[in-house]
Amino acid sequence: MKRWSIVVLFLWIFAAALAALIDLKPNQINLDLILAMPQNHHWLGCDDLGREILPRLLSGVQVSLWVVLVVTLVTATVGISLGLISGYYGGMVDRTLMQITDVFLAFPGILLAIAFAAVLGAGLNNLILALCLTSWVGYARLTRAQALSMRQRQHVMAAESLGASVPRIMFKHMLPLLAAPLLVEATYSMAGLVIAEASLSFLGLGIQAPNASWGAMLRDGVRYMLVAPHYVLAVGLSLMSLVLAVNVLGDQLRDRLDVRN
Amino acid sequence: MLKRLLGTIPVIFGVLLLTFVLVHSIPGDPVEVMLGESATSADREVLRQNLGLDEPLPIQFFQYVAKVAQGDLGVSIHSKKPIVDLLAERLPATMKLAALALMIAISIGVPLGIVAALKVDRWADNLATVLSLTVSAMPHFWLGPLLMMVFALWLGFLPVSGMDANTSIILPALTLGFGLAAILTRMTRASMLEVLHEDFIRTARAKGLPEKIVILKHALRAALLPIVTVLGLQLGSLLAGTVITETVFAWDGIGRLLVESIEKRDYPVTQACVLVIALTYVFVNLLTDIIYTRIDPRVRFSS
Repeated sequence: MKRWSIVVLFLWIFAAALAALIDLKPNQINLDLILAMPQNHHWLGCDDLGREILPRLLSGVQVSLWVVLVVTLVTATVGISLGLISGYYGGMVDRTLMQITDVFLAFPGILLAIAFAAVLGAGLNNLILALCLTSWVGYARLTRAQALSMRQRQHVMAAESLGASVPRIMFKHMLPLLAAPLLVEATYSMAGLVIAEASLSFLGLGIQAPNASWGAMLRDGVRYMLVAPHYVLAVGLSLMSLVLAVNVLGDQLRDRLDVRN
Repeated sequence: MLKRLLGTIPVIFGVLLLTFVLVHSIPGDPVEVMLGESATSADREVLRQNLGLDEPLPIQFFQYVAKVAQGDLGVSIHSKKPIVDLLAERLPATMKLAALALMIAISIGVPLGIVAALKVDRWADNLATVLSLTVSAMPHFWLGPLLMMVFALWLGFLPVSGMDANTSIILPALTLGFGLAAILTRMTRASMLEVLHEDFIRTARAKGLPEKIVILKHALRAALLPIVTVLGLQLGSLLAGTVITETVFAWDGIGRLLVESIEKRDYPVTQACVLVIALTYVFVNLLTDIIYTRIDPRVRFSS
């Protein structure tokens, strides 16, 4: 029971891998199956163009997890590095970097990502770029706060007096001790990214038709909610199960690793 | 206090810089992108001049800041109206929606959090936790349609979308409010749990005060502080949430204006909407800090 979050997450990753390896024909149109309800050979029914919903869901989770992976790798690397530099050097460097993060934090939620995705133009790469531009701040703030106190620890001072280089101190002596809170932060951030990706594609700013994404499917599903409620329900419940699993995993990691907010 | 006020100046400056960069990060010629290929070269020249694109970038930025300071946010490419007027038309609708959502969130989140804290690890607490976790995992573009499906399509006693009926506001407000209520429930629970272990609560109980007074007057007041901070920060996500929620429910506020401007490539309007939402958020956070010092004497006297 306790492990259900990992099971759900693993199932979605497996589904994404399956969609990547086998061509499930997510874009195949069947005109006689438009908005068909779930039935024998079409487990989740079909959408407004008669495309099967299940393969499109799997193709959508593949996009979603790919975006999450790329954005997390980029923003964690950038954010953690900036945070370490800021916390290690302090002074002017720290003040400037924190001022910059303050400006980014002045834009609530995914507002800035929406704005950047809008001006950059729709498409998967621009969506990833927009999310990268705006998601590094959390990592930078957390790392900086932790590094600031870490700087005064004896083992860091010892390494310093032994003449260890600054990158060595940062990445060998400080970073490993920050791993637990950063892992928890990364987990919550990933849940946020799943929602962010879906939000942007819901607004038509993500991956373009005919390719499937959860946000765009939800938008179409809402349009046909009255005649084909199974469409929006299938996508909505899928999205919810993934976000819930990642969030609960974050809570469990936080408790297990004893990280305080 | 003064320091806090002065501290917002660089942030506002940075927000202006970032919204300025936004329009300049349009790939290619912004005029081309905004007007499309069918525009005449005269039209293009007019827009180029209106946007001040002929000047060097630093000068353009200072012109932008000077204009914003005078309350001039430019002209919409699509409707040719001053953007300030467009915003003024839409702002009341968003404010009404946000205010109602906030009230819903507080009237659900705080009581539920208190009950969860009082019945810790009992079924009421577990139910509150499961509810708030589930709702937290529901983005507005999923919760909104779900509420729409249940209350408007199946039960049929609320309008699906639009702003025609008085009851039109209920579903979008619930959509925004539930999300915030979920966060508020968890926050109130955690904050109450911490306070309930304090000595002054034991004293209040030992004095023989009725439990109602102990909880509502002594404990809740102390637990309120972190809740106010979270509320201030979360108002931002409420503002950001209006973008999607207003789009789902065809509610003519700033959020929908933003999405419409993106669809029409009316980027000066996009820029102005983003700027206004961000500045509102900065202002709300400043206000939260001020309220915080008012309700917590410790903060007031130590500074």
